[in-house]
Amino acid sequence: MAKSAKQSEIVVKIEDMHKWYGQFHVLKDINLEVAQGERIVICGPSGSGKSTLIRCINRLEVHQEGSINIYGTELSSDLKNLELIRSDVGMVFQSFNLFPHLTVLENCTLAPIWVRKMPKREAEEMAMEYLARVKIPEQANKYPGQLSGGQQQRVAIARSLCMQPKIMLFDEPTSALDPEMIKEVLDVMIELADTGMTMLVVTHEMGFANKVADRVIFMDGGEIIEQNDPKTFFTKPKNDRTKLFLSQILDH
Amino acid sequence: MADKQTYAPGSHPDLPPPPGTIGIVGWLRTNLFSSVNNTILSLITIYFLYWLIQSVAGWFVLDAVVDASSRAECREIDSGACWAVITKRIGQFVYGFYPHAERWRPNVAFVLLFVAVAPLLYPKTPMRRQLLWFSAAYPFVAYFLICGGILGLPEVGTNTFGGFMLTMIVGVTGISASLPLGIALSLGRQSRLLSVRVISIAFIEFMRGVPLITLLFVASTMLNYFLPPGTTFNLLLRVLIMVTFFASAYIAEVIRGGIQAIPKGQYEAADAMGLNYWQTTRLVTLPQALKISIPGIVNTFIGLYKDTTLVVVIGLLDPLGIGRAALADAKWNGLSTETYLFVALFFFVSCFAMSRYSLWLENRLSTEHK
Ligand SMILES: Nc1ncnc2c1ncn2[C@@H]1O[C@H](COP(=O)(O)OP(=O)(O)OP(=O)(O)O)[C@@H](O)[C@H]1O
Ligand SMILES: [Mg+2]
Repeated sequence: MAKSAKQSEIVVKIEDMHKWYGQFHVLKDINLEVAQGERIVICGPSGSGKSTLIRCINRLEVHQEGSINIYGTELSSDLKNLELIRSDVGMVFQSFNLFPHLTVLENCTLAPIWVRKMPKREAEEMAMEYLARVKIPEQANKYPGQLSGGQQQRVAIARSLCMQPKIMLFDEPTSALDPEMIKEVLDVMIELADTGMTMLVVTHEMGFANKVADRVIFMDGGEIIEQNDPKTFFTKPKNDRTKLFLSQILDH
Repeated sequence: MADKQTYAPGSHPDLPPPPGTIGIVGWLRTNLFSSVNNTILSLITIYFLYWLIQSVAGWFVLDAVVDASSRAECREIDSGACWAVITKRIGQFVYGFYPHAERWRPNVAFVLLFVAVAPLLYPKTPMRRQLLWFSAAYPFVAYFLICGGILGLPEVGTNTFGGFMLTMIVGVTGISASLPLGIALSLGRQSRLLSVRVISIAFIEFMRGVPLITLLFVASTMLNYFLPPGTTFNLLLRVLIMVTFFASAYIAEVIRGGIQAIPKGQYEAADAMGLNYWQTTRLVTLPQALKISIPGIVNTFIGLYKDTTLVVVIGLLDPLGIGRAALADAKWNGLSTETYLFVALFFFVSCFAMSRYSLWLENRLSTEHK
């Protein structure tokens, strides 16, 4: 399998997982293990269930069959401390979802203060550090509405990092951005990957996948069709649907 | 354009705007005389205002009588408004039948009201933290000041309350109690717990579906049947409860509208960061929902404030009731214009102030959020 799935700890373990939206069988028999520090890119056509899959990992969506384990804790409806698990799993959304009534700094310190019970001063210092990491410390006192899309997405990344998560989920973080802003966000994500963060990224940025991913997963129709290290995945896809998808996406 | 000045690229200085585009002249030009039609309309309006002020000012001020002991006496003195009906009874208009010697108490309570409300309405109030404690204590302070019964303050029965004082008591209590209750109901209506949801919906729909006046009658008669025999339940208190319930149902619906305008992504982001339901509600949902709902909330408050005049049907003498009592007096018969104008002016000033405050608040919040 992938190069750095090594012998290291398995942090996310999904077994025989199914999910339905009403009658609609959206995820079918998903099996996935993510090792500590592994970088996974998930791609596939629209409606294939990529978002649903990663949203199941922090239980924004509830699965009906099979099991999901995060650091050995199973996600189930009688879980008492869902908030604690969620605070270990950061998520970045396509539409940023910053809180418009709070400044950039307040966006970043909200969860550390209220969930981690961190003193305000300390939370602010840490937030400034992460804002510097995503290269916008000077915007700390602005409101999200005053920033460009790329800046907002970098704030969203900093906000997630402020919870010092062990795993980061990205759901098409660059799809809502203009081309010139995509790079600034991807650069931040590449730097994050270099720190050894465990990352699951839904994206169509194949350059990013090539450069950063340990493993690329292709989904279609709610199933994992194929997975491999990026080089093999892009040069020698096995499945016909993967080939078709790659030909469409790499065409332009 | 013979003297057109040219500059090297990149070195163009900031020039003053052309004359007549800024300042008073600029304002007049853009707002009143920007086109032929605008100029005609402006002139007509100015003439109309002049005519209105000139003809009304005479009746209101110039020919008006402020001091006289009956309507007939007014007419002998001058032809304008007879404000004597107000000035002779101003005490009643303000305090109802609250004992003369104790009237300083509602006065103090009124002044303290501003101290209590300032830190809530205006975040830059000096010493806001300490003052907020006073705000929390204010309902008790005001209650004991006005009703007495402790610290040597003689007890004053609520049946003596009337006039503007009564309006303020019902209005301020109703407004400050219905907001938290309305917030709770709007959250209850969207609760995941079926029983909470059903109770909230039933309460809201019942309160909204019944005219306030019937609730007031219920307050004055029916409640006695439900309560154990022997409990006397102050009429004013019952009115306060009914008015609060009534307004809170409307507030709940206004806030629900605000909550529904919040994008789903906001909850998802809050969930993903590990905030629990109450944290999300307090830190993410409500601040945004309340901001969206400000116009609707203030609208409801203004409605409530004016609806306090309905207490007259159950025998409480609000300013309108006092006015009617004055008009029933043979000496002042026929001065309804003056009386009602005066009461109307009082309500207008209060409601206009609320409306301006809400505009200011909206502005302040919206610049923050841009
Ligand atoms: N809340 C929902 N209720 C019902 N069906 C849903 C819901 N959310 C998503 N779906 C359906 O589930 C399927 C998978 O959706 P999902 O958002 O996971 O796809 P995706 O792979 O992320 O697609 P995209 O690339 O467009 O984001 C789609 O067919 C979608 O219509
Ligand atoms: Mg998606």
